[in-house]
Amino acid sequence: MPKSSNSRKLSEFTAANHPVRRLRRLKERSIEAILFAAAASSVLVTVGIVFILVSEALPFFQTVSLKQFFGDTEWTPLFDNAHYGIWPLLCGTFLTTFIALLVAIPLGTITAAYLSEYSAPRAREILKPILEMLAAVPTVVYGFFALTFVTPLLQKVFPEMGGFNVLSAGLVMGIMIVPYVSSLSEDAMRSVANHLREASFAMGASRFQTVFRVVIPSAFSGVTSAYILGISRALGETMVVAIAAGLQPNLTLNPLEPSATITAFIVQVSMGDLPYGSLGYRSIYVAGLTLLIVTLSFNILGMWLRKKYSETGG
Amino acid sequence: MQSLTAPQRDQEELLGNIRGRKFRDRLFAFAGLMSLLFALITLLALVVDLAMTGGPRLSYEFFTNFPSRFAERAGILSAWVGSLCIMLTTAFCAIPVGVAAGTYLEEYAPKNWVTQLIELNILNLAGIPSITFGLMALGIFVYKLGLGHSILTAGLTLGLLVLPIVIVTTREAIRAIPNSIREASYAVGASKWQTIRYHILPYSSGGIMTGVIISLSRAIGETAPIITIGALTFVAFLPTSPVKPDFPFVSFQWLKDPFTALPIQMFNWLSRPQEEFHVNAAATGIVLLLMTLLLNGIAIYIRYRFRKKMKW
Repeated sequence: MPKSSNSRKLSEFTAANHPVRRLRRLKERSIEAILFAAAASSVLVTVGIVFILVSEALPFFQTVSLKQFFGDTEWTPLFDNAHYGIWPLLCGTFLTTFIALLVAIPLGTITAAYLSEYSAPRAREILKPILEMLAAVPTVVYGFFALTFVTPLLQKVFPEMGGFNVLSAGLVMGIMIVPYVSSLSEDAMRSVANHLREASFAMGASRFQTVFRVVIPSAFSGVTSAYILGISRALGETMVVAIAAGLQPNLTLNPLEPSATITAFIVQVSMGDLPYGSLGYRSIYVAGLTLLIVTLSFNILGMWLRKKYSETGG
Repeated sequence: MQSLTAPQRDQEELLGNIRGRKFRDRLFAFAGLMSLLFALITLLALVVDLAMTGGPRLSYEFFTNFPSRFAERAGILSAWVGSLCIMLTTAFCAIPVGVAAGTYLEEYAPKNWVTQLIELNILNLAGIPSITFGLMALGIFVYKLGLGHSILTAGLTLGLLVLPIVIVTTREAIRAIPNSIREASYAVGASKWQTIRYHILPYSSGGIMTGVIISLSRAIGETAPIITIGALTFVAFLPTSPVKPDFPFVSFQWLKDPFTALPIQMFNWLSRPQEEFHVNAAATGIVLLLMTLLLNGIAIYIRYRFRKKMKW
């Protein structure tokens, strides 16, 4: 029998090197390549960020010496009498972060422990999404809240406090970060094996003791990454501090005074019209690079902690 | 042998101990409830404060007026149109790349250092402050590529910013699909891509949609990165219309137009000293908050529906 169209079709599936099969293989490969390119593009973003921050920031140090950068206690790069000491910005950043964490870590941890160990599953199903709404609120709205609600409230307690201050920005930022801490911690606590809890109860431990001696230590790596995420959020948070903390770089540890963070400085400068390549333009990249280094070192610290504690089975 | 009173003393002590621990237990439960309530009450205070201040300002004119020097006449027309355009661009940029990347990592990626590098990188990218994305965009998109302070730049920036969210949710959605589906597809002779295209992606579309909506709600509230790339604060015009009367009827000129967005408009009004503008800011805040809450609600609803519908 001469070749029928049917047998030709069959060979498309059986012959290893049939052109149709080769074409299909090519199609499959090229799709895989496209998908890989998409995945790899995320690395490109990181490379882009690091490259542009470093390359735009470095020329700054041709004009400003490292001694001025780390030695000066004033940051006024846009003034005629310019000072380039990074400490006021770092100080503002760390102070607001510290206040925010003072709110977010206890509240977040207690809430997580409550949701995971005390509340009924049904209540948790409802409460957790509502709590996560806190993280969905746009930060500029939090800024409004800090400026028009929390600051006047705090001024009743501290009458000498000005309209712009680090305290209310930090407090509001802390509330904002609570769901980041509580959600992740709760996941970590809930994934602690039940037999550990049962063993603890069997020895006569109370729920409170079980939470603090068994559940939280077992979930340590998860809880730590929740804290680290909270810290990076607080360090990089921009709008709340730009609105409520004022925009004057101020080397102070007094939370009642106004101050500026690294992020707030970048916003302030970006609102103006900076010529490309000017020293002011470079200064926001220097600030951004500093922020990236600080945030990254916290992330690396977190990764190291997590690795250390998950290896020892903690 | 001990004296007779010793066991009684022990019993007393034990009872006291149990009472103490029960008390601490209840105290902690109370503290937990209180801290939860504190967070929720703050949220409530925020919403009420916003509604009380800005509510009266919300009117039809508020949505159809351009910003103005006079607080009572100022509106958010250019801001919400700008936000809409930016969100559209963000979605167009983030969804294909994010879904493709998530699919690759879940279905194709071999276990090697390249994959590990990509995964570690996505994790890290999610922890980078958003304003840093703005700085990158200013350097690369605005100055190096010459895209200008445009809607396109803003959309690309926010698209890259929310990319990790889309990737992570896509991966979670794909991971939830049991292997039997893949095996069934291969068993009838489907290729890998056919399996993904006709089975994996449709079944995980619920999870992917959730991620996309969450990322858009994130993008609409982001302020810092688009301030950095040079959004204007006073825009009394609309972007070019996407439809034009002559061939080919669609115009992409609007991508190149300068813009403002809701959070920027709000920040701008908020940073003015006059109280009247704070009212406008609050009203803008209500619009912004409603939009994010709406989007999040939709996302929660989709997640809930899909979880109910699909039981593997």
